[in-house]
Amino acid sequence: MSIWPEQFPLFPDRATAIARDIDAIYFFGLGVATVFSLLIAGLIVFFAVRYRRTSPDEVGQREQAPAWLELVWSIIPLGILLFMFAWGAQVFFDARRAPADAVEYYVTGKQWMWKFQHPSGNREINELHVPVGVPIKLIMTSEDVIHSFWVPEFRVKMDVLPGRYTDLWFEVDKVGVYRLFCNEYCGVEHSLMGGRVIAMEPADYEEWLGSGQPQTTLTKSGEQLFEEKTCNTCHLGRSFALGPSLNDIFGTEVTFADGSTAIVDENYLRESILDPRARLVQGYQALMPTFQGQVDEEELVLLIDYIKSLSEGTGASSTGN
Amino acid sequence: MSESVDTFGRRLHYLNADFGVKSWLLTRDHKRIALLYLISITIFFALGGLMAVGIRLELATPQGDLVQPDTYNRLFTMHGVLMIFFFLIPSIPAVLGNFLIPLMIGAKDLAFPKLNLASWYIYNIAGFFTLWAVAQGGVDTGWTFYTPYSTTYSNSYVIATALGVFISGFSSILTAVNFIVTIHRMRAPGLTWFRLPLFIWAHYATSLVIILGTPVIAVTILMVAAERLLHIGIFDPALGGDPVLFQHLFWFYSHPAVYIMILPSMGVVSELIAAFTRKRIFGYKFIAGASVAIAVLGFLVWGHHMFLSSQSVYAGMVFSVLSMLVAVPSAIKVFNWIATMYKGSVSWDTPMLYAMGFIGLFTIGGLTGVMLATLGIDIHVHDTYFVVAHFHYVMVGGAIMGYLGGLHFWWPKMTGRLYPVFWSKFAAIIIFVGFNLTFFPQFLLGYLGMPRRYHVYPADFQVLNVMSSAGATVLGVGYLIPLVYFVWSMRYGKRADRNPWGAIGLEWNTGSPPPQHNFHEIPTVDWDAYGYLPDTPAGTGESWGIAVPTQRQDRTQDDG
Repeated sequence: MSIWPEQFPLFPDRATAIARDIDAIYFFGLGVATVFSLLIAGLIVFFAVRYRRTSPDEVGQREQAPAWLELVWSIIPLGILLFMFAWGAQVFFDARRAPADAVEYYVTGKQWMWKFQHPSGNREINELHVPVGVPIKLIMTSEDVIHSFWVPEFRVKMDVLPGRYTDLWFEVDKVGVYRLFCNEYCGVEHSLMGGRVIAMEPADYEEWLGSGQPQTTLTKSGEQLFEEKTCNTCHLGRSFALGPSLNDIFGTEVTFADGSTAIVDENYLRESILDPRARLVQGYQALMPTFQGQVDEEELVLLIDYIKSLSEGTGASSTGN
Repeated sequence: MSESVDTFGRRLHYLNADFGVKSWLLTRDHKRIALLYLISITIFFALGGLMAVGIRLELATPQGDLVQPDTYNRLFTMHGVLMIFFFLIPSIPAVLGNFLIPLMIGAKDLAFPKLNLASWYIYNIAGFFTLWAVAQGGVDTGWTFYTPYSTTYSNSYVIATALGVFISGFSSILTAVNFIVTIHRMRAPGLTWFRLPLFIWAHYATSLVIILGTPVIAVTILMVAAERLLHIGIFDPALGGDPVLFQHLFWFYSHPAVYIMILPSMGVVSELIAAFTRKRIFGYKFIAGASVAIAVLGFLVWGHHMFLSSQSVYAGMVFSVLSMLVAVPSAIKVFNWIATMYKGSVSWDTPMLYAMGFIGLFTIGGLTGVMLATLGIDIHVHDTYFVVAHFHYVMVGGAIMGYLGGLHFWWPKMTGRLYPVFWSKFAAIIIFVGFNLTFFPQFLLGYLGMPRRYHVYPADFQVLNVMSSAGATVLGVGYLIPLVYFVWSMRYGKRADRNPWGAIGLEWNTGSPPPQHNFHEIPTVDWDAYGYLPDTPAGTGESWGIAVPTQRQDRTQDDG
């Protein structure tokens, strides 16, 4: 890149391992596209010159290309296409599935800004500081319309929707400042809904976290809110409680009144808080009121983070005792 | 063959059989309706093009210094809406299809001439409705109308515009019904399915897609209106709806709509390749079958627009592999066209230049589409300028090149006049060069990191954007030249005889312009399509089974 003028880049930098995987398959696709485009353009030009009409009354020759060609140009492209599909699907799986030890950050998009919540409780707007070498999972939602989180140097992108959580993960391997774009059209200032991801050495990150005023972790704030909203009145974890225990439920399968089941994930917890009657756990009455309008997106995240902590074994809390 | 003549001994045809505004506005002649459509869609193409001029001018600099962000958003939205619903979808079927289907199958008209006229009126009502919405202030949702932005957050004329699209759908459906019935019921004696020109097969497949897909976008638009006006929760989560449901419904129509735009163009290219190589098309049944295969598979791939919209990873895999399958019939078509050129008599007339341009550009559009359908690649390029470049290669490089090629091929038939050879070849080359200069840099921009629908962008993307804007200027000039010489030719162009290209097809077996009822006697067909044979010089082709005039005019003409 040194000879090439800096103000005229043609290819984005790479800052994650996934970026290398995606570039590899991109270059393969580009190779296929180039070879076939040149082959086809070359044949057109060659035939147009070689068999150019020489007199106004000339007619094409009787001889045709051999018929078995139909098989050749059906099967070869099909083989290449299926190969690209399989490779692409594998890369997609890796890019979509976060490692189990990923550190979870929460992201809220709204017209036209990004809000970030660190596990430590730090909050940022339009800037996200992260440590390098640590897998980071973003759990994202929107307060209004659909947005999309994209950092080109990471080659990761995911839509951010209102009313549900989507997630995305990356592990930055180079310290640096990377541009963040909103990639789904979201209204008047869509093109200004950007920001920066600042990747730092873990030690620098720790220092950065501590430099502001002391923070309460998300889990701790969630616990406080859980008590404030008197969730613990019913979700006590005792056999005679009115609501089901929330200890160790995250990631398990629950059975509903109609016999159907689901895995408890962020989206299910979200639904259960905002619309408790949508899917009622078997054996319980529809007593819980909705918290729609009583908790905002950031508070919702705190509650969910706290409930998740109850399933980590280490999340010993006053409610459980 | 006896020709009707008027009292001055001039040959009577569909253009001079009747005069006056009323004879046009109340006509039921498919040929006149085709010309009415030609005028209407040219106006919408020009308006859509003007919006594109605004977009490219704004993007010449990274700052948002020409128009307000709100204005910019309305420009790209209206550009998309006008070009897709009011130009690309009707273009080839409503102009060339309308004009040629009855002529190609030896019929006097379409099955329902009054419906045909009604479809033109509906199209114009829809168009005026949409223009009214533009005049009020336009719409800023993007042509995709994604919810909940469109239903709750946008402060623009969403419903008026969407209703314009809704109304235009009826005109498409009427045209499609007309084509299907006509192709089934009104073929000349002996004209079996596998003797039909491939143009007819392409229009048949397109008509099926229109009839099956358009009602879905219609109900979707009504649901958007219901949520926006009456706050019935369908798509907005705040009202209990699901925003992704909209995307499923929208793309269930709008992906097949891509094939509504490209299939007719492929039909045109099949005709051009056969006529300008004077050779029977290679793999006739494969090309015909590929049209139908594309139409069917096209309905099963909508989810490839939604790999990153919270759709399950497994659904993404299914849609990815199905999208790969659509590429196979497309590849079959391309290779069959090229194989037809092998040992043909390849002319370099203007329509053939467009056909060759189509194949090259459609190939690039198709192969970058394969890249987009590859899940791993799509993560990075989804909703970037890479996508913008891809679909312009298919829509502009493909569909419009085919449309212009067809217009140049059949212009002498439609108007009875020839256009200047030099200028038409010059324009074809300018359009090809301008197109690539405009859209190729956008592939690079997309991978580099430029999201689509951005009014302001980082300064290091400027060089590629300036290249694109410069190319758009060239492309714009390229489109103006044919407009000038086509209009010029209607009065000053040299008169065309019935078969100026020495081509085979029933439409070349009647006068240019054709008589009011197409044929003086309905032909009986006992030959296959494209029966070009050696040892029979084109122009005397008695052995083709078609009476072709013996003396052919020299096609070159000195301008002026």
